[in-house]
Amino acid sequence: MAAPELTKADFQSDQETRWCPGCGDYAVLAAVQAFFPELGIPPERIMFVSGIGCAGRFAYYMDTYGMHGIHGRGPALATGLAAARDDLSIWVVTGDGDALSIGGNHLIHALRRNVPVKILLFNNQIYGLTKGQASPTSERGKVTKSTPFGSIDAPFNPLSLALGAEATFVARTIDTDKQHLPAVLRAAAAHDGAAFVEIYQNCPVFNDGAFDALRDKRRGAINRIYLEHGAPIRGVVRAADGTLRLGDDGEPVVHDAHREDPSFAFALSRLSSTPDGPTPIGVFRDVQRAVSGRDLFAELQAARAGATDASLDALMRSGDTWTVS
Amino acid sequence: MAGDSGDGMQLAGSRFTDATAVFGNDLATLPDFPAEIRAPAGTVAGVSAFQIHFASRDILTPGDAPDVLVAMNPAALKANVALLRRGATILVNEDAFSVRAIQKAGYQQSPLEDGTLDGFTVKRVPMSSLTTRAVEGLDGVSSRDAQKAKNLFALGVLSWLYDRPTDVTERWIRGRFKGPVGAANLAAFRAGWSFGETSELIDVQVKVDPNTDVAPGTYRNVNGTEATALGLIAASVKSGLPLVFGAYPITPASDLLHALARRHDMGVRTIQAEDEIAAASMAVGAAFGGALGVTCTSGPGLDLKTETIGLAVMLELPLVVIDVQRAGPSTGMPTKTEQSDLLQALYGRHGESPLPVLAASSPGQCFEAVYEAARIAITYRTPVILLSDLFVANSSEPWRIPDAASLPPIDPRLRTTTSGPFLPYTRDDNLARPWAVPGTPGLAHRIGGLEKADRTGAISYDGKNHARMTKLRGDKVDGIEVPDLEIHGEADADLLVLGWGSSYGTIRAGARRVREGGGRVATAHLRHLRPMPANTGALLRTFERVLVPEMNSGQLAHELRARYLVNVESYGKVEGQPLLPSELEQEIWQRLS
Ligand SMILES: Cc1ncc(C[n+]2csc(CCOP(=O)(O)OP(=O)(O)O)c2C)c(N)n1
Ligand code: SF4
Repeated sequence: MAAPELTKADFQSDQETRWCPGCGDYAVLAAVQAFFPELGIPPERIMFVSGIGCAGRFAYYMDTYGMHGIHGRGPALATGLAAARDDLSIWVVTGDGDALSIGGNHLIHALRRNVPVKILLFNNQIYGLTKGQASPTSERGKVTKSTPFGSIDAPFNPLSLALGAEATFVARTIDTDKQHLPAVLRAAAAHDGAAFVEIYQNCPVFNDGAFDALRDKRRGAINRIYLEHGAPIRGVVRAADGTLRLGDDGEPVVHDAHREDPSFAFALSRLSSTPDGPTPIGVFRDVQRAVSGRDLFAELQAARAGATDASLDALMRSGDTWTVS
Repeated sequence: MAGDSGDGMQLAGSRFTDATAVFGNDLATLPDFPAEIRAPAGTVAGVSAFQIHFASRDILTPGDAPDVLVAMNPAALKANVALLRRGATILVNEDAFSVRAIQKAGYQQSPLEDGTLDGFTVKRVPMSSLTTRAVEGLDGVSSRDAQKAKNLFALGVLSWLYDRPTDVTERWIRGRFKGPVGAANLAAFRAGWSFGETSELIDVQVKVDPNTDVAPGTYRNVNGTEATALGLIAASVKSGLPLVFGAYPITPASDLLHALARRHDMGVRTIQAEDEIAAASMAVGAAFGGALGVTCTSGPGLDLKTETIGLAVMLELPLVVIDVQRAGPSTGMPTKTEQSDLLQALYGRHGESPLPVLAASSPGQCFEAVYEAARIAITYRTPVILLSDLFVANSSEPWRIPDAASLPPIDPRLRTTTSGPFLPYTRDDNLARPWAVPGTPGLAHRIGGLEKADRTGAISYDGKNHARMTKLRGDKVDGIEVPDLEIHGEADADLLVLGWGSSYGTIRAGARRVREGGGRVATAHLRHLRPMPANTGALLRTFERVLVPEMNSGQLAHELRARYLVNVESYGKVEGQPLLPSELEQEIWQRLS
């Protein structure tokens, strides 16, 4: 008997969503819930792990298995789960403060290890849940409650950081882009290994309009540079000195997401650090590398299946023993 | 046996231990490693020592004041002579007492000549040159090989002195070393033995008969770390849950990571995490997936795991946290032992976050302790802290190997079905909630660190509900069944000595000496620190005086007073060294007179 087709409703939990009206998180949630039936994975084989923050509430709203963990530790919790189970589709939802400040260490190591988890970073360039402090992606000079004279710190470029951490899959998309967001999720789900997806997410309460240059219909049409593997990248050229530039003064560039050498994806990630002008979105890099623990699973499972009282006795009695009668 | 770090004293010590165990003596050992990885050769800081205590009766500790010291160089002598009993025998490697070596050790003049060692029986044995002579002429043996074999010469002398069986050691040498090195080691060992037998220098051979009142069974020598590793694997096998062990290297806890990392054959998955927070979080993530999640650390690492342990309290998932205590605070003394994390284990989390705390009392007992910790964690769906320490982790003793079939069952009772909607925060008779793991249809649920509504597990900020959940979490932990506290000795003794953790043997030995001297003292030992045995308070009240010795400034004493309103006397020691039977004996006598 074929399993009944899943629908969006199968992924909607009964928890009342509690984000502020107009929060970009709603758009992402709706897109994710609409997308998941397409994967054909039954909800009980899906796990959402999140850290703390507005974004972290996401885990409660998916009718799958879920854990709302502690601030920044989502990737570590997910790594443990992935070490125990290789039959699950594991997703991590995190915010820019959660992933890049308190949890920076876990993020880079999950990427380095290539743990088979999909990490969705909701980047709103602000601390939402704690009511509006600067985050590690807030631009220099940003005035917030904690930076009344403007932030003096330089922001992270999340994609550059992920690439530096040896991420095998790196992508960027936008909360309200109903076509693009599922396309990126599709690619992330298909990727064998750790996938890192930055989602530009508007926080209308504490950082409204941060992504207007891309979210706005008219400006977005100009500023969004869609990356497609094998297709020329609109508005990006290779200049005479070999570097990638925005503009038309140079050679056209064809996107190659599968290039082993991360410097190409890195160069693309550097084209825009603050989304106030032309910005590439899409899959920057998608390459294969050994997946953490993959080779071990079968070996350990077989060992466990064979682990009985007899093998335990043998282990305990190994080495130099003597018998007293 | 003491020498420079490069002198192979740990190896000689462990070989002597094996021969002694096979011979049938009861024993306990304690290695003492230098704190520095590569301390300058010949200095006191670079001394590595191995202590063994053995007898024909029940041995309780690695001993306090040794009767015999083998000192391979002046620094080894200097570092250990103060520990010896008056009248003890000192075997020195005379060849190593050059003027330079003597100065390097910090002596002004040779301690062999200036009366420093008056009151000891000193045997000067030119071990280096005798070893060289013994291996001379063996094919392919370099002078370096000869030098390196002098620890086996020393082992040979000691083996003769105590009439240890040589076949055990010789078999080991043949199995371990091949070619010229093997030949050199064997020759050195035999030369040492013959030297003992023929030299007039060592005139008496000491006989220590095998222990006759040993429980029948198969034994092996284990240190606390090895026993802990076996206990965890046993818990995994018996529960049928895969063992996922996350750890970040830290002395003295790393050895457990090393021991488990080799056990792919038993299905063990270890992860060297990026930090202790991650290590604990990985164990929690694994537990959600239906594994036995375990993490192990020492002081500074336990600090870091605190938040994750709190999460596990809220999630009510099984988690075993092993803390191999060392002297703190902060980095403290990483290679020195202490029992000073008790209050942290009991209370060191924000909010009200009760959890069971156990402590291991001897190297072999680590097996039982960690097995019990895992059983409680799984049965009651709770994080458990097991307190071990550097002393119990590194010291060793013969361990009667249990039969796997006789170990208490561990039933994870994973929830696989539900009749209505699944309610993840309902409870069984133990107040434990259902454990439903991903992959189980119909039971998908979300849990997190936010307060849960009773039964449904939905997020709740309701005050009454919070009060109820706080009470449930506390009642669950306090309702864990633990065996009653047992009195060793007379129930109407004048003094009860109550201990916990690794000082078990010391307390028993100290009290035994007092009893042999006519004192009326009883002992009891706490293996469960939360909940404590139900009879603890009542039992303490039946004694006029209670002495609580511990390697801290009185943490258990504080807890007992607070919990039971009894007055106990604290004897605390925070010198980074284990308690000694002799000092215990003294403390007890003081209170009896
Ligand atoms: C250990 C710890 N420190 C601080 C906090 C408070 N805290 C909660 S969320 C958050 C920042 C959230 O910002 P971000 O990750 O950008 O997520 P957003 O709320 O914007 O979605 C902070 C600082 C916490 N929960 N835990
Ligand atoms: S504070 Fe911002 S990010 Fe958080 S829910 Fe409100 S709008 Fe969304």
